[in-house]
Formats: sequence, C-alpha cells, structure tokens
Amino acid sequence: MSALKDFNLRDKGAEIWSGWSRPVRTAFVITVVVLVGLLPFAPSWGPTSFLNTPITSFENVLVYPVGMFVLMALGLNIVVGKSGLLDLGYIAFFAIGAYTQAILSTLYGWNTWQALPVGMGMAMISGVILGLPALRVRGDYLAIITLGFGEIIRIVALNLTTTGGPNGIAGIPNPPTIFGFEFNLMYPEHFFWLVLFMILLTIWMIRRFTVRRPGRAWEAIRQDEDVAALMGVNTLVYKLWSFVIGAAIGGAAGVIYASKVMVISPDMFKFEVSILILACVVFGGMGNIWGVILGASILAYLPERIRFIADERQIIFGLVLIIMMNLRPDGLLPRKKREKIEEKRTM
Amino acid sequence: MNFSVVTTQFWSLVLQGLALGLIYSLVALGYTMVYGVLRLINFANSEVFMLGTFAVLWVEIELLDHPVTAKPLAGFEMVYTLVIALVGSMIACALLAVLVELVAYRRLRARGAAPLSSLISAIGVSIFLMETMRMFTESRPQTAPRLLDKWSFGEIAGANFRIDTMLAIVSPIIIFVILDQFVNRSRLGKAIRAVSLSEENAKLMGININRVISLTFLIGGLTTGAAAFLYTTVYENTVFNVGFNMGIAAFTAAVLGGIGNIRGAFYGGLALGMMEQFASAILGSQWKAVTVFVVLVLILLFKPNGLFGEAVQKTRT
Repeated sequence: MSALKDFNLRDKGAEIWSGWSRPVRTAFVITVVVLVGLLPFAPSWGPTSFLNTPITSFENVLVYPVGMFVLMALGLNIVVGKSGLLDLGYIAFFAIGAYTQAILSTLYGWNTWQALPVGMGMAMISGVILGLPALRVRGDYLAIITLGFGEIIRIVALNLTTTGGPNGIAGIPNPPTIFGFEFNLMYPEHFFWLVLFMILLTIWMIRRFTVRRPGRAWEAIRQDEDVAALMGVNTLVYKLWSFVIGAAIGGAAGVIYASKVMVISPDMFKFEVSILILACVVFGGMGNIWGVILGASILAYLPERIRFIADERQIIFGLVLIIMMNLRPDGLLPRKKREKIEEKRTM
Repeated sequence: MNFSVVTTQFWSLVLQGLALGLIYSLVALGYTMVYGVLRLINFANSEVFMLGTFAVLWVEIELLDHPVTAKPLAGFEMVYTLVIALVGSMIACALLAVLVELVAYRRLRARGAAPLSSLISAIGVSIFLMETMRMFTESRPQTAPRLLDKWSFGEIAGANFRIDTMLAIVSPIIIFVILDQFVNRSRLGKAIRAVSLSEENAKLMGININRVISLTFLIGGLTTGAAAFLYTTVYENTVFNVGFNMGIAAFTAAVLGGIGNIRGAFYGGLALGMMEQFASAILGSQWKAVTVFVVLVLILLFKPNGLFGEAVQKTRT
C-alpha cells in the first residue's frame, strides 16, 4: 500500500523523459501522436475491438465527449490547476463559443473558420467582464460567482429569442473542407483529428507558458497570493490572464462542438457539465497536463462504454469518483512531488 | 416588467419571501457549519436535503399509512403525525450527513488532501445518491399527502397568514435560536468554535477533532432535515433532483450572509428568499435566478466577506 502511495508515475515519466536525447524525444512524440490519431480505427481492429462503445459510435465518442472534454479540461486546468482559482462555471465559455458559431453561421452565413476567432474573442471578452470584478474577491467566493455566471449564461440563452429559447438553434453548417479534409457526418474521424490538432496546440501553448513568466507567476499565486504580490507579481493581471486564456480554449471548443453536432440547445450547457469537467481536472491530477488528459479521457469515455447498463451507469460513475479520490487524493497523475511539499508547508 | 405588484402585493410577497428564505437558511446551515469547521464546500448537502424530503414521504405514506389521497388530519393525530415526520426526516438527514463525512471526507482529511479533492469526492456522493433515487422513483415527481389542512389565520394588508407559511416561518426561527445558544453557550459548542478558529490548537487543547467534525455534520444534517420537512409540507411534492436547485440557492444564501457564520446563514437565507420573490414578481419567474446572482455579485464586490461577514466574525462557528 505504501509503495503504491509513494509511487508517482509522473515523476517516473519525467525522469525517463529527461534521460532522452532530442531525436529520441521527437520520435516518441511523433509515435504517440500517430497512435492517438489512429484511435478512430481501433474498434475495427481485432485486439482493440473491446474499446468499441455501444449505442454511439466510437468515432463520435472520441470527438464528444472525449476530445472536447480533454480540450476543456486543459483550459480549465490553467485556471484551477495552474493558478489555483476555483471556477465552477467553465461551461459558460463553451456555451458562448457554441452560440457565437450558431448565430454567426445561421444568421450571417459565416463559416466555422471565420467564426472560430470571433467565438474565442467573445469568450475572452466575457472572461474579462466576469474576471475583473470576480478575481478581486476571495477564492471561495470566486467559486459561487463563476457558478452564478454559468447559470446566467444558460438562463439568458433559454429566454432570448435570438438564441432560440429552449429549442436552441438548429441547422448549424459543418465546417467547410480544409486541406482536403471533408467535415460531415460521414467522416467523424476528421473531426477527431481537428480536435486532436487543437489539443496539441493547447498542450504546446501551456508548456510554453509554464516555463515563462506567466507560468511562474501563476505558480507563485497558487502557492501564496500575498507573497506573490509582495514579490512584485501583478496578481490581478496574471489571474485575469489565466482566466481569459482558459476562456478562449473553452470558446474554441464550443465553436467546433456547435459545428459538429449542428444543433445546440441550452440544456447542453448545464451546471453538471462544469462540475464534470472540474472532476476531470481533479481526478486526473490538478496542474499536470498529462494527468488532466488521462482523467478527462477516462471520465468522458467510461459512461459511454458502460452505456448498456443504462440505469446504473451514473451510479457507478459516482462510486468511481468516491473510490478513486479516496485511494489517490491528488489524482491519477499528480504534479511534481517537490511542488506538493512546498504547497503543504505554506498551508 | 411589472412594478405595480410591489405596491399591490407587497406584504404578501414579504410573507412568501420569509417562508422560502427561512427554508433556504436552514439548508444553508448545512453548508455554513461544515465550512466554518473544515473550510470546504459540503457539496453533498443538497442530496441530504433531497433524501430528507423522501424520508418525510416515506414516514407519512408507508410508516403511518396515510396514502397520497388521504384527507387532512385534525387535532392530536395531526400534531403527532407531523412531529414524527419532522423527527424522521431530521434523523435520516443527520445520519446521512455523518455517513457522508465518513465516506467522502474523513480518509481524505487524514491524508491531508487538498480541499478540491474532497469536493470531487463529495460530488461523487452527490451523483450516487441522486441517481439511486432516480432509479427508485423512475424519475417521477412524487406527491405528498396533504395532512395539514391549509386554513388561514386571516388576511392582513393582502398577506395571507396560512398555517403552513406560518409553520415555515416560526420553526426555523426557533431552531436558529436554539442553535445559536448551543454554539455560544454549551461545552460542545465551544469545541466547535475552537476547531473552527484553529484545528491545530484545538487538538493541543485535548479536543477530539473527529468527534467535533462529526457533530458539525450531525447538526447540519438535523437542520437540513427540518428544512426538508417544511419544504414537503409547504410545496407538497418532491423529485429526485429537488436538491440541486435548493443546494445552489442555499449555498448562495450562505455566501451572501458570510459563509462559516450561523447568523450570516439566517440573514443570507432571508435576503435571498425576499429577492427571489420580488424578482419573480417584477421580472417574471424565468429571470429569478439571474437577478439573484447579479445581486450576489454586486454585494460581494462591495462587501467581499458577505453581508454579515465582518460584523459577526467573533461568533463564527
């Protein structure tokens, strides 16, 4: 038991990684990306056919929920994991992205690629509007304000005529062909590759941020905000940046989601989804992108895989959350041990 | 927009707001007591409330054999039926709250996990309880028998002093007075306050931390159970996800009054209940939640510790 407790796969992985030379690393990354890219074909290949999901086809499950959840969990991880701000209404940014795409495409005929930057921009602007007042208050209150924001967005979408009320918006076009990839119902794997590309871009961005000034500032803020402020970190600005970047990722995910499912309605953006994405982050290991990816993949995939037991599925999901958090309170792949010890000392 | 209702129905809205608000503040205690001691959001409290409403139904329909179609009771029989339902709901909720602490929080606390881990574990409990109840009731709303004949004491200035409204106003006030005295006067109350000030120092003073924490959950469960009884008596129905909206409202109420503080929960619940009643009368009930949250954000901007956060800091549990 204690061996299991002390074993930290993330540290082990980092150790192996730092032992590799550059070409080996590049080869490893390319292999992993190609293997993940081949995932949509896994169910039709003998040894991996157990992965197949009943009811919804595996390729579609890979796009939503798995791919979308990974993307959103990565975005939320910047807010919750990196800078330690509890956001309970992350789904609002996803909803803003989705509705921006829906309105722009159905009313003004914009295509997905044109709407994508606008959707991200709208999410970022709402991130600033929400963040400027909300980030001044203490952590626990931030949770309730973001929760309220998530509900407000949903209720507004439910009651406005522009957003179609409870029926939502239908007839959102698929993204137009780009680089020879067609996007429609026939090719769900193309959507998966698109989401995968966005995930890789996000991972790259987060890794860049982490080693630079914003990443260090977030780290300092998470460990002790007062000390960070004393050290000359402009805490409000960096907290706002983490909020806004997280919002942009959520918005981008929303735009792609809307053009994938073609019809959106307010009940897709409930508080439960915010909670589920937060669960992905904490379940996988806050602050560590690989943990978050693993957590989001499991929590998004598991309910789909066991869909054949329709009634008990959510009960099992709840039980898994309780048992896992009791066995591994820091998540599946926690952040580096060193950082954790320091965190405890400051508490 | 319909501002005329404010003048025509003012007292009626105030009375409704009081009843709803005090039910909120009883549930808010389940959040605020635990937050005061452990500094974590007791997410599963909404499901404790949900189970309480079903416990009331079970006691009334199965245990005391009053089917949904039963006629209102009178006299002594009514009193003891309602008292048994209330006590049953309080005991069920208290036991469940203590159990939730054992299952979801204790191990994590012993290992010094981050508060967020406990939150996720509590979310797991919450999903588990809600989905189990969904399965048992097949997602159908359940109606409670009307055992309390809803006669009125009379009408003053348009406000209808109905017996169930009065019950929902008077009993929470009694509970709050008792609880306030308990926390401020008794030995156990002193222990709760000590743990909330500093867990380390309380431990050094020989206080059994785990017992105090269980006690806190027990008290939170008792008040949530009372709220579940009042809710079922006033609104006469329940459904498996009734706890969700109640939980959000009660948590908002706790934050509004200043979380971690008993009197704050009382005033926060009242303020929220009033706001909801007036907002849905003026703007229409679909904008109720939006108004409440906007007001909440504004209040937190100007008073970041909640309405009563600072003033009663000393009496925080």
